[in-house]
Amino acid sequence: MSTHASHTAHADVIVIGGGIMGCSTAYFLRRHGLSVVLLERNLTGQQASGTNFGGVRRQGRALPQLAMSNRALRIWRASRELLGSDVEFLPSGHTRVAYHAHDAEYFDDYARQARDYGLDLEVLHGAAMRRRFPFLGPDVLAASISPLDGHANPRLAAPAFARAARALGADIRENASVRRVERTATGFRVETVAGESLVAERLAICAGAWTNALASQFGESAPLTVRGPQMAVTEPVPYVFRSSMGVYTSIKEESIYFRQIPRGNLILGGGPPGPADAATSRAAVLPENTLGQLRQFRRLVPGVAPLHIIRVWSGVESYLPDGEPVIGKSGTTDGLYYAFGFSGSGFQIGPGVGETLAELIATGRSEIDLQPFRIQRFDAPGPSTPASAPIMAQGDPLSPTVTSS
Amino acid sequence: MAARVIVIGAGPAGVRAAEALVEAGVRPLVIDEGRRDGGQIYRRQPEGFRRTYAALYGTEAARAQRLHHRFDALRPHIDYRPETLVWNIREGVVHLANAQGASHAPFDALIVCTGATDRLMPVPGWQYAGTYSLGGAQVALKSQGCAVGERTVMLGTGPLLYLLAAQYVKAGVTPAAVLDTSPTRARLRALPQLLVKPAVLLKGAALLRTLRAAGVPIHRGVTPVRIDGDEELGVRGVHVRLADGTALDVPANAVAMGFHLRPETQIADLAGCAFAFDDAAGQWLPEIDEDGRSSVPGVYLAGDGARVRGADAAECAGRLAALAALRDAGVEPKHDDAARLRAELARFSRFAAGLRAAFPWPAHHARQLPDTTVVCRCEGITAGELRRVCTQDGAVEANRAKAFSRVGMGRCQGRFCAHAGAEVMAAALAVPLADVGRLRGQAPVKPLAVALDPAPYADVTVATQDNAASATPRSMELS
Repeated sequence: MSTHASHTAHADVIVIGGGIMGCSTAYFLRRHGLSVVLLERNLTGQQASGTNFGGVRRQGRALPQLAMSNRALRIWRASRELLGSDVEFLPSGHTRVAYHAHDAEYFDDYARQARDYGLDLEVLHGAAMRRRFPFLGPDVLAASISPLDGHANPRLAAPAFARAARALGADIRENASVRRVERTATGFRVETVAGESLVAERLAICAGAWTNALASQFGESAPLTVRGPQMAVTEPVPYVFRSSMGVYTSIKEESIYFRQIPRGNLILGGGPPGPADAATSRAAVLPENTLGQLRQFRRLVPGVAPLHIIRVWSGVESYLPDGEPVIGKSGTTDGLYYAFGFSGSGFQIGPGVGETLAELIATGRSEIDLQPFRIQRFDAPGPSTPASAPIMAQGDPLSPTVTSS
Repeated sequence: MAARVIVIGAGPAGVRAAEALVEAGVRPLVIDEGRRDGGQIYRRQPEGFRRTYAALYGTEAARAQRLHHRFDALRPHIDYRPETLVWNIREGVVHLANAQGASHAPFDALIVCTGATDRLMPVPGWQYAGTYSLGGAQVALKSQGCAVGERTVMLGTGPLLYLLAAQYVKAGVTPAAVLDTSPTRARLRALPQLLVKPAVLLKGAALLRTLRAAGVPIHRGVTPVRIDGDEELGVRGVHVRLADGTALDVPANAVAMGFHLRPETQIADLAGCAFAFDDAAGQWLPEIDEDGRSSVPGVYLAGDGARVRGADAAECAGRLAALAALRDAGVEPKHDDAARLRAELARFSRFAAGLRAAFPWPAHHARQLPDTTVVCRCEGITAGELRRVCTQDGAVEANRAKAFSRVGMGRCQGRFCAHAGAEVMAAALAVPLADVGRLRGQAPVKPLAVALDPAPYADVTVATQDNAASATPRSMELS
């Protein structure tokens, strides 16, 4: 294979990574009038963006994420008009339930605090909860309902953003793996494995689990780990479960979440993650995890026992130690931006992140405070650098222990 | 020798594999989905049924009886789990589900004898109640003595089309018609290859005589146009175009259809076996060497689940794979007839190539399907929708098209729609069939009950040796 550049392309911005972050960023960059090339190593919307649960869920997020999450919800609501295709967004509600008294109490605290961030929740306990959700198992003590949340189809969403971006003039390139990135006097040069060389004034890296290989070329990194969500789907049955539901618990084994789509299938996930490998782009569902999910699914909704699982799947997701993503400017390099490390909770806020990152790149500022998501928070701790000062999530009691993107 | 060997499937290949292992002093765990041994072709009737071998298996009665008796004799020397689904396989462990619950068993060698199912081609209207696969219609007959309809049209191509029609005649339910998509000239061209097995040819001729004597209309070179019917009442008839271009309507209340066979490869897929596109078969098949070794050490594939060559070939391939597994584990087989088996199998391969030529997969039908035809019956997705995601949404490969359109995403996991779906895609994208790729296998192999719990003894120990026929090993008592 030739290492000579076959041709050089120029754009205002190069986006690396065709997940929901990269695709929505490219889309909104075009709406700002900037020229965009997006490079995706495989196909758009795979791995974390395409294999997740499909939750369009604000509740349960750390409070500093809610502004971004609200922004994203506005985009989801307008998605059909914006994208010109149906990504099956269904705002039929999201409900968290608790098995333990301290978790049930926490629902009230979270609802009180979330209200200040524009998220209205209804918390029901005991008999009131049971009247609303008679199908829930006897272990359920309380439910926290977010009526405006819902779910969408992750297999469709990111590719739909990519197509919409392309329709607005973005150059979306699939099967374009990046070999090298570097700062030049006027911006950035990106070299693909195929030998193409592209230059741009600004660069956005939205490469999920594959980010560090790129970021390290600019002298920075984040402590990413990879895992695979453990997903499953049942055969279709009559559509009865409007609200997407998930168990909130600190006991990983008893976490389970599910949603039903109008065609009837129930999609479920939760419990311990499976192994994933960024190098091979493979993630597995462990058989024991599937069996554990079946047990927990019956505990949550005993009536599902007669159903069958017809398929399981996983994908490579990247996690950061505090469960919060990196969004915003590089700590080392002018003109470089990041959005990655969404820790199993990126699907819903993806379009909000894309709009925000595009705004930041195009105008130099963003409507939303990105301080909590700085990449510098992972810099080696020294006496003079309170890098983890943005505080929030680490050990924050409001940080959910159960991710259900 | 200390090898834990698991055989999946108790059809012709699985039984002969188990036999070779037992001869060498190995006590295999034999797992089978069926209630009794014999596989699909030599399916044993339920206990209490009293049909004779001749009535059940016709010309294959002697072979069926031999295999059943052989398996009965093996029973004290194997651990046998009927009615057990291998739902997943990962890192040298098979995961099982049956009425007792979920269990798992680690292995050193795995011999996969999963058989074949009908290869299906959509026909407009095939989603109506009363449309069965040829294999499904045959199961109903062999197991329960039931016909799928009083007036059944046999539609498609392949040896099973004629075999089933003749079996229906013998059972007293004369088919309404046999409609074969293969032209007569294909059969003539394939004759030299088919002559490798003259006895099998003669059996085929006998089937035709049975059908003619019963007055069953037989048409070759037909083009299926539609199955008439509606959602409420199901099938009312079949409309085809005959070889001379004239239209034919056959009133019927059931259709049994199939276009030769396709191997059941999900377990090989989950085990990580490499696949390659086979030009002659027009299918993606797991790679095997002449003894059945897959690309994964310790995993062997035999019978129609690896290559569709028929039941007699499956007996050879099952034994051959077991002999390979024994030798790879350092055991010298007591009766090593591998060389003879390989030669025999080569003849079956030539015959199978002849059958493929005589009963060709009508790829052009898939390409001409109207947009309104349902391709994926599980999800109710039409050819038009599949074409749309290819040409408008940029799906250039089977898994991408599945993600966008849901074709292959339902209960059957693409086992019955993937072949035709790939043809539709290849035509829409104007690329060779191989470029469309194949659907990645995902667990569970068949639908898994949400009610499933671990069995009381979920950790299955596979014996390494057959110490004595008298003492049943503990692992046998579990479930």
